[in-house]
Amino acid sequence: MKPAHPNSKNRGFLYHLHPPLVSQNVLKFTHTWGLGGSALVLVLMQIVTGVLLLFVYSPTPEAAYPSIIALQQDVLFGKLIRNLHHWGGNFLVFIVFFHMLRVFFTGAYNNIRKVNWWIGLGLFLCVLISNFTGYLLPLDQLSYWAITICTGMFEYIPLIGTVIQKIIIGGTEIGKATLSNFFAIHVALVPMCLAILMPFHFWQIRKAKGVICPVPPPNSPDDAGVQKVKSVPHLVSREAVMALVIIAILFLLSVLFNAPLADKANPGLSPNPTKAPWYFSGLQELLQHFHPLIAVFVIPFFTVLSLICLPYLKFEKAAGGLWFLSKKGRRMGFVSAAIALVIAPVLIVLDEYIINISVLLPGVPAVVADGVIPVVLLMFFMMGFYKIMKNKFVASREEGVQAVFIFLLVCFVVLTITGVWFRGAGMALTWPWNLK
Amino acid sequence: MVSRGGDGTDLAVEFKIIMTKDKKEKSAQSVENRRGFLKKLWIGLGIVALVEMAGVIAAYLRPKKQKADAEILGRIITAGSADNFEKDSVTAFRRGQFYLICLDDGGFMALSRKCTHLGCTVPWVASEKKFICPCHSSVFDISGAVVQSPAPRPLDTFLVMIENGIVKVDTGKKTKRSTFESSQVVYL
Repeated sequence: MKPAHPNSKNRGFLYHLHPPLVSQNVLKFTHTWGLGGSALVLVLMQIVTGVLLLFVYSPTPEAAYPSIIALQQDVLFGKLIRNLHHWGGNFLVFIVFFHMLRVFFTGAYNNIRKVNWWIGLGLFLCVLISNFTGYLLPLDQLSYWAITICTGMFEYIPLIGTVIQKIIIGGTEIGKATLSNFFAIHVALVPMCLAILMPFHFWQIRKAKGVICPVPPPNSPDDAGVQKVKSVPHLVSREAVMALVIIAILFLLSVLFNAPLADKANPGLSPNPTKAPWYFSGLQELLQHFHPLIAVFVIPFFTVLSLICLPYLKFEKAAGGLWFLSKKGRRMGFVSAAIALVIAPVLIVLDEYIINISVLLPGVPAVVADGVIPVVLLMFFMMGFYKIMKNKFVASREEGVQAVFIFLLVCFVVLTITGVWFRGAGMALTWPWNLK
Repeated sequence: MVSRGGDGTDLAVEFKIIMTKDKKEKSAQSVENRRGFLKKLWIGLGIVALVEMAGVIAAYLRPKKQKADAEILGRIITAGSADNFEKDSVTAFRRGQFYLICLDDGGFMALSRKCTHLGCTVPWVASEKKFICPCHSSVFDISGAVVQSPAPRPLDTFLVMIENGIVKVDTGKKTKRSTFESSQVVYL
């Protein structure tokens, strides 16, 4: 076999996924924050702990909950393994989300990296589906009702919603068929997709000649940054440290905090409040403020659509590898985030206690009063925001779009936090210390 | 120089050449046709195979009917004699997952216990005489009509039949409705 690189011996295939040489400035921790590698470590951890759990878990409505109890009580380190799997899954959503933000804010999604952006979106979807399907498996009160309301959201998707809902649930009530579906997706379908997409994802980075990094101006005196160094030991040692840190954090979490387990699922008794898993609680919070058609269909649909279409944004200047495009972009980002941090909570509180469009406009259908009108108002607001930011900072279009993106992102984070920590009994607003 | 058509043999030769050329062209054409046909056949077969696979997958994903037979027997639930239910009362039937309502005018309704908002189970709060959903605080009155959103429509109904004074509910037929109408109430 012909070696792929003079210094390599027999690692030809591995070099398709992991580079033999790496640019020096990519090694800087704050350039990537090691997020992609962390995600890989967590996926591998999930596979190891997941296989262990598979030996104990029984995917039938009668046996599922008792098997979790047995796991926690009778199996050696059973509780720890379940905690690792639970926190690992949640941690993974978190890491993958930040990884996506990193890729977005360093502009690593266009030209040659276009396909990899889409693969990344696919991987993100896999992680979300995996978490969502895994959520049901213990079949306790928490998971049963969270899945009930999440699958209930499908009903508001026009035309195909009820069909999709029936297919996912496998009937009209969460039961045996739902558990079979979710189990199959969780332990077979999603891992299979990950196994195909992940190597593809890594190979695409190699095709793009490595992680994105700023191109230095020609004839710049300091060209040390683009100098290539050997991956072993320079990159591999860093990856190993990151992996160990991630594993340490995960173990620490799992030793300190138990994965939640409520009573056995009781279809006759909805707990108060019933909340979606935290990564969907932003969506659930949207439901508190908008007509379901808008909250569950229009907003998510256009969010996903714009993420898919992102690589087609026409660029005024090639911005690759620089965080937030430029110093100005970063400043605009801070301003947008600060504005969103004030406006979003204010709007949530106003909508909860004061504004009620459907009362102001009696006779207007709910879709218009709670859906179209607020959305149109918000769109006008966003357009104004974009124009003002762009003019005020004399910014390029990309910097303006980025400011809007950051604004919406912070709003979404605020919605999620509100849903998780500020919603109590009957989903009324409350303080975190008053929960439960 | 040989003039065209001037000599018989030349003509014959020329004719032959034309014939062979024609044959070659024709055979090339027929090969092309054959290949094109086979290619189309492959594509067609591929599409058929894909459709078959999609069909199989759809069949696997279709809501399972394992309990269907058992359910037909247990679908119609006998609630009891109509005299047993007081006016203005709500009786929960766990097995059929519905509430039997006896309105103050003596009319009967069977309401699904599933909230029309996101599918939580709605309890009857006797002290307030209302159905209050614990998940997102939708409120319904005794007839299932929405008192307070976010629920978008009244509670779904099941078919109520009164035969010889005995109230029966068909839990197989759930009806969605947009408003409360008197036609939804069944009288003795």
